Amino acid sequence: MIGTSIVEASKQLLVHYKNSVPYHLKVIDAFLLYVAFTAAIQFVYVLLVGTFPFNAFLAGFFSCIGVFVLTVGLRMQLNPQNQSPANRWQRINPSRAFTEWLFCNLVLHIAVINFIG
Amino acid sequence: MGMPTQLSINYTRTIGLSTKQQQQLLFRFAVLLIACCVSFCIRLFAVIRYESIIHEFDPWFNFRATKVLVEQGTFEFWNWFDSASWYPLGRIVGGTVYPGIMYSAATIYHILHALTFPVDIKDVCVMMAPLFSCFTNIVTYFFTKQVSDTTAGLFAACFIAMVPGYLSRSVAGSYDNECVAITAMILCFFLIVKSVHTGSLFWSGLTCLAYLYMVASWGGYVFITNIYPIYVLVLILCGRYSQRLYVAYSTFYVIGTLLSMQIRFVGFQAVQSSEHMGALIVFVFLQCYCFVNWIRSLVPRDVFVTLYRIFFLAVGAMFMLAAFLATATGYLGPWTGRFYSLLDPTYASKHIPIIASVAEHQPTAWGSYFFDLHILSMLVPAGIYFCFQNVNDGVIFLILYGSFAAYFAGVMVRLMLVLAPAACVLSGIAFSKLLVPNVAQLRKWEQKKDESQWSEIKGVASSWIGVVRRFYCLDSGVDLYSFGWLEVLVLFSSGWFVVVIVCFCASLCLVRLRIACSEPSFRSSWLRYNTKVDAKILSWWDYGYQISGFANRTVIVDNNTWNNSHIATVGRVLNSPERKAFQICKKLDVDYVLVIFGGALGYSSDDINKFLWPIRISHSVDSTVDESAYLTADGNYRVGEGAGPALVESLMYKLCYYRFGEVQFDRGNPAGYDKVRGEVIAKKKFKLRYFEEAFTSRNWLVRIYHVKDLPNIG
Repeated sequence: MIGTSIVEASKQLLVHYKNSVPYHLKVIDAFLLYVAFTAAIQFVYVLLVGTFPFNAFLAGFFSCIGVFVLTVGLRMQLNPQNQSPANRWQRINPSRAFTEWLFCNLVLHIAVINFIG
Repeated sequence: MGMPTQLSINYTRTIGLSTKQQQQLLFRFAVLLIACCVSFCIRLFAVIRYESIIHEFDPWFNFRATKVLVEQGTFEFWNWFDSASWYPLGRIVGGTVYPGIMYSAATIYHILHALTFPVDIKDVCVMMAPLFSCFTNIVTYFFTKQVSDTTAGLFAACFIAMVPGYLSRSVAGSYDNECVAITAMILCFFLIVKSVHTGSLFWSGLTCLAYLYMVASWGGYVFITNIYPIYVLVLILCGRYSQRLYVAYSTFYVIGTLLSMQIRFVGFQAVQSSEHMGALIVFVFLQCYCFVNWIRSLVPRDVFVTLYRIFFLAVGAMFMLAAFLATATGYLGPWTGRFYSLLDPTYASKHIPIIASVAEHQPTAWGSYFFDLHILSMLVPAGIYFCFQNVNDGVIFLILYGSFAAYFAGVMVRLMLVLAPAACVLSGIAFSKLLVPNVAQLRKWEQKKDESQWSEIKGVASSWIGVVRRFYCLDSGVDLYSFGWLEVLVLFSSGWFVVVIVCFCASLCLVRLRIACSEPSFRSSWLRYNTKVDAKILSWWDYGYQISGFANRTVIVDNNTWNNSHIATVGRVLNSPERKAFQICKKLDVDYVLVIFGGALGYSSDDINKFLWPIRISHSVDSTVDESAYLTADGNYRVGEGAGPALVESLMYKLCYYRFGEVQFDRGNPAGYDKVRGEVIAKKKFKLRYFEEAFTSRNWLVRIYHVKDLPNIG
């Protein structure tokens, strides 16, 4: 009963996703999936092997999480559905949002390179 | 030919100022400038009155570290192992210090030298606090402006220039972490509110950088680490969740945490200790919340409910598992004592004598709220009231900050410093909200009364009269003249004159106290010229930084209380009988013992008055130490007739009162009369077998004893 409803619901989710999300956001989603996958691999590795160079693990993991979070932020700003007055994002155009994303990535990765050892 | 006109037109267009706006801008700029000048100048008082000198205890260490940084370079400082303190352990300074203030001072020093100003590093260090108080003014203005409006911002900036709670910690010469950290903290708060308001990645990134500076400066960064997640939770609970919030907080958590780990003193604590776990949990929660919201926007309601249930169960189970594993494997560090003492004010005095022994860590007395905040303590509730009248995301942050800071200030006197800016901002809002509507009314009266006899007296004079009338003839308060914007501020500042005087008195008292405190340090420089270079000095830990700063000799313990048992051992030396103390001293390789004794001068914060703390702390290394043996039969701490037998025999007593019974200081008092304790000491005549007097300062404030060598014949 629950199994079928899960399958049913996921199918519906997929259908709605395919229909309603514009193409350029799907590209971003693919990238997000990739980043999340990289983070998951590192996490599983640490669970299996151990945390020994802990700074290296943290740097790698935070790099993935950071890119993920920043890209979600970028995706939110690019999503036409989110241009509501509550979000006050009318003034952020795509190129500006992308530049800000680059800036944050720069800060993040300087720290990552410094920390990875 | 048309080029210049073209340019100027473009210029005005790009800046976009009409004449009125320009005036307002100029006006704001002027007020901020004046506020900065005032805040800088009133902090210079100690320097003008006495001399350019570093005060107190911790600044001495910071100064010494800064000298290492400037003279030997960044990498040497990074790897600095200080073998001259915590003998024989030494201290890894590079890894156990918040380096923000040293780097700031060194940067300013290098900039000035690059501009060919040959300043001394000491003067840079002395001027750091006043300089950063100016920055605090500006940052507070922007913070308040972001939360409320520009008028409130100007008021807040003027308030924080003079608020005694902050002033007392940032006078020239108090070269301590806090003087930089308060600026960094307000900057963080401003950027947090700004990033939540705009939802822009850029501002969130800047928040992380400001947070890095805060982490580098002061251990109090934990306040920000915890107040931000609480703020996020409150916003979600209030139903004010927005994607702006997601962007701001997620960016802050990930980049901010990574950046904070770059400071060696914090390191892995940022992901391991319990103080940082709240931020992590809220981060995970926010991701889930955002994800659920996204799914909701994608699918119809019935499908969403099914998905939501599954998701909720899965995440809940994973979270429980993770929490269980983390505690079971001991991954989560224990809560540190200072944090416990924040939540439960009585925790420290029960369990950790070394924390309780510091005066700054005591709970706050009621009076100091008024003394440190002055009239702001009355205006804060009004400010909170006005905040609730016009709620936005930033205002909620301010209210949270204010209430948490008020709680923490009640727990620990030291944290009054965190409350002071909150009080300034809230009072600034209250002031502007009270005054702005009234100014229009006053202007009307002014126009009606234009023909009256007072009409020529404008500007400063009229507002002075206004003040006088307002304070002394409240019934004729209608007769306030000529209130333009400027004059309101003049009124305000003249009203504050009273406060400034109080501040001056406050800082004067502080300065006197500090001079009294630093007299021991001047005296301890005797060590520099009269002892061997590798001599080891034993004293209670309060004086460690000063001895290593002034005398440049190795000390056993200092104010960085990182090793409790080492301090307890020193306590044991001081409270043991002479023979036993001598044995421990020989084991520690001590050459000299330094005590501060105020009984001849009347200086009350001397070692005899602190002596109960060494006794309590040394209990942790030697459980035979019995506090009651140091007290009189009825449980009082006295040095006179009936003093505890262990006290009279203790090394501290003997070193302080050696030959004291032979000298009559005042005509009216008998020989051996202790001015601080107000009684004649119990045991006047005794000899020292294992120690010999090396130096006693003129007022007997500093007494230094040489530890004799072991006898040749057993």
